Amino acid sequence: MAENLLELSGVHTHIAQYHILQGVEFAVPRGELTMLLGRNGAGKTTTLRTILGLWRASAGTIRFESADITQRETPDIANLGIAYVPESMGIFAGLTVQENLVLAARNGAPAGERLERIFRFFPPIKTFWHLPAGLLSGGQKQMLAISRAIVEPRKLILIDEPTKGLAPAIINNLIEAFAELKQTDTTILMVEQNFHAARSLGDSVAVMDSGRIVHTGRMAELAANEALQTKLLGLSLETHQ
Amino acid sequence: MIASLLSADFPRSRILAVALLAVFAGLALAPFLFPGTRPLDVAAKVCVFILLVASYDLLLGYTGIVSFAHTMFFGIGGYGVAIALSRMEVGWGAIAVGTAAAVLLSLALSFLIGLFSLRVKAIFFAMITLAVASFFAILASQLSNVTGGEDGITFRVPELLRPAYRVLEQPLLGVTVGGRFVTYYLVFGASLVLFVALLRVVNSPFGRVLQAIRENEFRAEALGYRIVVYRTLANCLGALVATLAGVLYALWLRYTGPNTTLDFAIMIDILLMVVIGGMGTMYGAVIGATIFVVAQNYLQEAMKAVSGALKGVPVLPDLFHPDRWLLWFGVLFVLSVYYFPAGIVGQLRARAALKK
Amino acid sequence: MKPIEGQRLDWAPLALLAAVGVAALALIGSPSTWVTLTIAGLAMGLLIFIMASGLTLVFGLMDVMNFAHGLFIAIGAYLAVSTLRLFSAAAGADSFLANLAAVMPAMLAAMLVAGLLGWFFERVIIRPVYGQHLKQILITTGGMIVAEQLIHVFWGPDLQPLARPASLRGAFIIGDMAIEKYRLIAVAIGLVVFAGMMLLLNRTKIGLLIRAGVENKEMVEAMGYRIRRLFVGVFVAGSALAGLGGALWGMYQESVTVHIGANMMVLMFIVIIIGGLGSIGGCFAGALLVGLVANYVGYLAPKVALGSNILLMVLVLLWRPQGLYPVSKT
Repeated sequence: MAENLLELSGVHTHIAQYHILQGVEFAVPRGELTMLLGRNGAGKTTTLRTILGLWRASAGTIRFESADITQRETPDIANLGIAYVPESMGIFAGLTVQENLVLAARNGAPAGERLERIFRFFPPIKTFWHLPAGLLSGGQKQMLAISRAIVEPRKLILIDEPTKGLAPAIINNLIEAFAELKQTDTTILMVEQNFHAARSLGDSVAVMDSGRIVHTGRMAELAANEALQTKLLGLSLETHQ
Repeated sequence: MIASLLSADFPRSRILAVALLAVFAGLALAPFLFPGTRPLDVAAKVCVFILLVASYDLLLGYTGIVSFAHTMFFGIGGYGVAIALSRMEVGWGAIAVGTAAAVLLSLALSFLIGLFSLRVKAIFFAMITLAVASFFAILASQLSNVTGGEDGITFRVPELLRPAYRVLEQPLLGVTVGGRFVTYYLVFGASLVLFVALLRVVNSPFGRVLQAIRENEFRAEALGYRIVVYRTLANCLGALVATLAGVLYALWLRYTGPNTTLDFAIMIDILLMVVIGGMGTMYGAVIGATIFVVAQNYLQEAMKAVSGALKGVPVLPDLFHPDRWLLWFGVLFVLSVYYFPAGIVGQLRARAALKK
Repeated sequence: MKPIEGQRLDWAPLALLAAVGVAALALIGSPSTWVTLTIAGLAMGLLIFIMASGLTLVFGLMDVMNFAHGLFIAIGAYLAVSTLRLFSAAAGADSFLANLAAVMPAMLAAMLVAGLLGWFFERVIIRPVYGQHLKQILITTGGMIVAEQLIHVFWGPDLQPLARPASLRGAFIIGDMAIEKYRLIAVAIGLVVFAGMMLLLNRTKIGLLIRAGVENKEMVEAMGYRIRRLFVGVFVAGSALAGLGGALWGMYQESVTVHIGANMMVLMFIVIIIGGLGSIGGCFAGALLVGLVANYVGYLAPKVALGSNILLMVLVLLWRPQGLYPVSKT
């Protein structure tokens, strides 16, 4: 078993009067891609946001590289080496593609081998380098959002539903990029509804329901066990390709 | 009886109840308790401002919107009767025409402003009302052939309201029962009736919806309430009452001018009164307006004494200069918003609730 | 995978400015009068831009509308009064350099004190009421009341004369055109401030962060930047610019009253609403539009002039309900 990069134990989060996370407990092993699955409204996005301090946990602890980050400010958490790709992508529409990446690269202008790799993964980034990001298509925006997360080495990348609303061809493009990214030592925690993507990319898996983790294990085991899929997710991965 | 009159919205604090009763008694008996021109002026101004501030509380405290155009509607009422009484034959008919025209103009304007800017953020509404109100004030001072410009309009009132008129030949309990007496009770009575009506509005189902919107816009919208419609209605209602307050004030002063109605300083006064008295309580208007108007008229003398005593000390005499009384109310206002958002009334109620 | 066709810059508002200028030339007839009015309009517009830019950026970045922004303008104007009085010998001298030696400290003092006051204001008045619009409006209005009264305490209630030094008075006569020197100076300073701001916003990382923060401040934080520090910086810089604008405006009008702040507040609100709340380019276009229209209409139809701002705002909002350059929020 690999060492854990990120550990959540007993995490509760309240948003206004609503009790969203009710004791979330799971770990993200270093160097792996962990899939966070679950129905709509299970608390997946809230979990990512709580890790990053965008919502404040009301109880429990979140440890990153064994350090307690539960009550830290969002910028401090990000500066530990965590990148975030929100579901909305968070593209700065009025800034050019280049300017978006300049902001994401905290230690100097984006350049060199990493930038070349981005261009190789996502050719439109190079093509539209000087174009305002707001003019990109949905798929291109997602490429830019992921590019921002990998423009510099990060220890952990939090990604919220990268394939949502995208055409199948682009989804395959993204899956290939993630597959190659996994060859490097990057750790990823990904929320995904697309089971094809989840099954082909995930190493380990955590399944949420009603603000709690109801299952953790290896992705391969879950993928092979249709009964368990139906029990946890209400439908099997096979029928939902 | 009292419960239905107050729409079952009680003071809920013994001190507050006593204070309200004292204000009520003082105003109801003002001609007898405080004879003399100036005290009666103060009492009439208190009546009008209680009404004006209460109608503003409907917007600020109950609906959660900040308008800087309330003095504009106040002014429309004042100019309405002033123009009618100075151009038409002096009489009750002119007052009715002037009031009706003013009310219609106010309703149309408040409806337009509401429709135009209430669908966006509260901040946008505040900015727009500020711009429109300042435009209206400039307009009134420029159209001097209609409004009298900076000088305003001095006008004659129906005979019954004239100071020289006598209802009774002999003084009643030592008080002359004449035109001023009648006018005062007209102002007092109308203010009282309209205040009770406002109390009824905020405690009606309509008022509850307004408060629900103020508390949680999204939730109210989800429950199916058309937020813009409710806010616009509240805006129109507030404007209507402010217009009527303007009519009453003009009749009392027999004069309407920029300095008594449209001045931005009066808008600031209203804000101070409603916040210090207590937003969203209605009774806060009574307490706030009374304290403020009395202070406006009598505090300056106290400050003159303090300032005189501090002579020779640098800066301090200037801080307590009689003209600086607004400074201290401003500080009180800021502290109120931070620490006592429900103002004096809220504090009194909280204390009463603790004792129970 | 082609992106949507589109231009980087939306030219329509700039075309509107040009159209207003051309239409005015046609209506006025006399080119020399038109030049005089246009320069007056540009001077007024650029001064308003200097004052209002901080207000709109602060709103864009932190969703804070400071109803006491006029206070910094008033402080700037009053400091100009005091500083020029202090350097009255230099201000009264018949030499441009000597005059400059009086005006420069006045401008610097106005910026410095307004900036410091802005820092204090952000910490004490605004910080506790983030995200609460109603309280923001009330508290900043309250701050304005108190500040106006304090100005009374320190400078007295009377109108303060603010005479421009000799070499900044008078006009250049070119043919049959008379162009006031001070207006040209105001235009020059305004353009320098605008150019500096554009360089900062487009060519520096801080500028990128400000632009990004206006769009989506959460994402900026998630990328590891402290938006609070950025905001304080913008607030202080905006206050300092308002102070500078106040000093320049005071010298423009050659007198200062305590109401200068509140009066400018209305004009600034109209400008930033026209421009699109939070948009610096919109603030620039809106300010020029307001300045030009005020001067043209003031000449063509003085009776309508006082309503021209409001009318302009209504027309612009009918055309573009979010203002000339709407800010996209994500």
